[in-house]
Amino acid sequence: MSTAAAHNHHGEEGHGHDPHLAHHFDSPQQQFDSGKLGIWLFLIQEVLFFSGLFCAYAVYRANHPEIFEFAHRYLDVTLGAVNTAVLICSSLTAAWSVRAAQLGQRKLMIGCIVVTIACAFGFLGIKYVEYAHKFHDGLLWGEKFNPKYAPGGHGEEAGHSPTADAEGHSGQHATAPGATITQEAAGEAKVTTPRNTSIFFSIYFAMTGLHGLHVIAGIIVYVWLLWRALKGEFGPKQYAAIDFAALYWHLVDLVWIYLFPLLYLIR
Amino acid sequence: MSSLDTTMGHSAPSHAEDNYLTHAHGIKSWLLTLDHKRIGVMYLCSTVGALMLGGVFALLLRTKLLTPGPGILDMSHDTYNRMFTLHGAIMVFLFIIPAIPGALGNFVLPIMLGAKDVAFPKLNLASYYLWVFGAVFFVTAMVAGSIDTGWTFYTPYSVTTPANGVIWATMGVFILGFSSIFTGLNFIVTIHKLRAEGMTWFRMPLFLWAIYSTSVIQVLATPVLAITVLLLTVERTLHVGIFDPSLGGDPVLFQHFFWFYSHPAVYIMILPGFGIISEIVGVHSRKHVFGYRFIAFSSLAIALLGFLVWGHHLFTSGQSALASVIFSAITFTIAIPSAIKIFNWLATMYKSSLQLTTPMWYAFGFIVLFVIGGLTGLFLAAMAVDIHLHDTYFVVAHFHYVMVGGTLLALFGGLYHWWPKMFGRMYNEMWGKVGAVLVTIGFNVTFFPQFVMGTRGMPRRYFTYLPEFQAFHIASTLGAYLLGFGIVLAFANLAIGAFRGRKASANPWGGATLEWECSSPPPHDNFAVTPTAHDPYDFAHLSYDEKTDGYVARRS
Repeated sequence: MSTAAAHNHHGEEGHGHDPHLAHHFDSPQQQFDSGKLGIWLFLIQEVLFFSGLFCAYAVYRANHPEIFEFAHRYLDVTLGAVNTAVLICSSLTAAWSVRAAQLGQRKLMIGCIVVTIACAFGFLGIKYVEYAHKFHDGLLWGEKFNPKYAPGGHGEEAGHSPTADAEGHSGQHATAPGATITQEAAGEAKVTTPRNTSIFFSIYFAMTGLHGLHVIAGIIVYVWLLWRALKGEFGPKQYAAIDFAALYWHLVDLVWIYLFPLLYLIR
Repeated sequence: MSSLDTTMGHSAPSHAEDNYLTHAHGIKSWLLTLDHKRIGVMYLCSTVGALMLGGVFALLLRTKLLTPGPGILDMSHDTYNRMFTLHGAIMVFLFIIPAIPGALGNFVLPIMLGAKDVAFPKLNLASYYLWVFGAVFFVTAMVAGSIDTGWTFYTPYSVTTPANGVIWATMGVFILGFSSIFTGLNFIVTIHKLRAEGMTWFRMPLFLWAIYSTSVIQVLATPVLAITVLLLTVERTLHVGIFDPSLGGDPVLFQHFFWFYSHPAVYIMILPGFGIISEIVGVHSRKHVFGYRFIAFSSLAIALLGFLVWGHHLFTSGQSALASVIFSAITFTIAIPSAIKIFNWLATMYKSSLQLTTPMWYAFGFIVLFVIGGLTGLFLAAMAVDIHLHDTYFVVAHFHYVMVGGTLLALFGGLYHWWPKMFGRMYNEMWGKVGAVLVTIGFNVTFFPQFVMGTRGMPRRYFTYLPEFQAFHIASTLGAYLLGFGIVLAFANLAIGAFRGRKASANPWGGATLEWECSSPPPHDNFAVTPTAHDPYDFAHLSYDEKTDGYVARRS
């Protein structure tokens, strides 16, 4: 397979970092294929890196579904949905930047990279707003979990059906004395918080936090690509770095596409 | 290290042609090299340094264990706990996992493929420096932080222990993990994309099949360790409660995550050793390796099955009985590919023209130790027996037989096998054999008594013990001294050979793999003309040439 690829000259210069073919490759095609296989292996490694957290999620959700059904209502579905749209949009522009580079459309390529970076910042901005709410309202991990209101609403506008639901679920835990926290939910009926609800926020912050770090890494990569693109380094014969970065960015997007329903849309 | 290497570079100009040692001079040409051979030599020096450091701790532990209580070293139980943690962690993360892929894999793999270098030379150097940085960071954190958790960092103890170095030590593991991942990634891409003409998958030397399988594990398993230690760090700093039972978390989940990496990691440690032994047995038996495809596929089978057995570390940790039964059954199946290798090596030796060279002595030692280590693994895989034996010296002896017996003897065998290629000079054959015998005997004297102690109930990691175990402990300690002496002797013989030995021919053993086709030491770019690969174990065309004391090919 590889030997066939080595002899398969396309006359393309697909390199990663050097303007010239590295000395240990026979052909630009071989160099490009190596880079591509390398980035795919890196992405597999990334999937397994995240898998630990998905596994923790699965274990705790299976053992304590009531925590997840109760606590997810604290999350803002609208902001989450907007962020999903923002990331999908950035994935489109990331893919488009590769095509623009292949076709030699330099301005389009630079525009796509800029939009990708802007979307990434937009995502982090919205995430910041969400995190700020959580910090303000005491919706945190471990012993720091100290919610100021019942789920389903923000402060004054306490939710109605969530309250009822939560009470329904709390029944499962009536056997454990002292295991539930009762709260006064903005003048309405008492809401019981399942025991160890903080676990949900531990997992929420761990997963979205690690994902956020990957978004930041993606921004760094794309700023570097933008700098190189402005120097005119990319073209139909050299677009490997843009291609590989887009693959990475799609993975970051894909992780979020799993995180959004798993954390925000639980029923 | 680098000063040693540069002197090697200066001693070599007697070689007529340009080689990788003389290609460039100065410390900088080593520290910034992208040449896989130089990076391999740097890995060799560094990992052997780690072995010596871990070995010193082992000898201190064994010296303390001559008597119950503080003993002649007047060691406190806290010091003892820190010391076995240092010994285990240094040996596992800094020596056993990186040594063979980093040193011999780097040096030999591209040459065996007929390539000029690995696919990503800069990433290769970056892996090395990640290792160096991670190693310094890790050891400093463990010493400064007085860590006494054992190398496994089990929760909840690692979360609650006052030793604050846990955070830094786990970050060290994180960094070392990425060094390992990038090495594996590099090797996989190299094997897929940089094979010379004629190098089909089934013409690849068995060492490369083993390294390929190892690399698959490195890429797939190590990230899980990375996220686990990251979560442990977050647990300690922010108290998120994922592993902390007082906050609703599950400490056994940590064990699951940890062993999902660390059991496959056991095969990261042993598979490269299998690869080396396959090469040695083939070349030094002067006979085509018996069952080539079976050995090749058994490496892959071990790599894949290795992912499905981690639960056998949790038989006593509160795992469902059904899960334990399944994990036990899958653990037994790993014996099959392991035995396939042993039988094929023996069948290769059978009626061959066996050469009793030093590498072959190490291969004998390896096979003996691995059979003992592997068969005692079956005791531990059987759940009822494991209830009795878990956390005893039986387990300690078992994994030392596999990991030390496996990695160390294979590393020595590989070094003695490829040393003439690496440095262009021969070692003293007699002292090489003495070293091999001392290491093998010393090892058995050290660890065999531990099997006996374990079955009689001596728990592992205990500072003190009952008087009836003392005779075994003394035997074990004396064996450890012998083993330590044998290891130093074996390395000294290699080092002296590299500087003073007589010059080696390009192919002193008559190997048919590509690395024996380039000169010794290899030139900077490995091959002037990219070679064509043939059957790696067809020795018919090689005949001995007295003038060069090596083998030459007479291919018609």
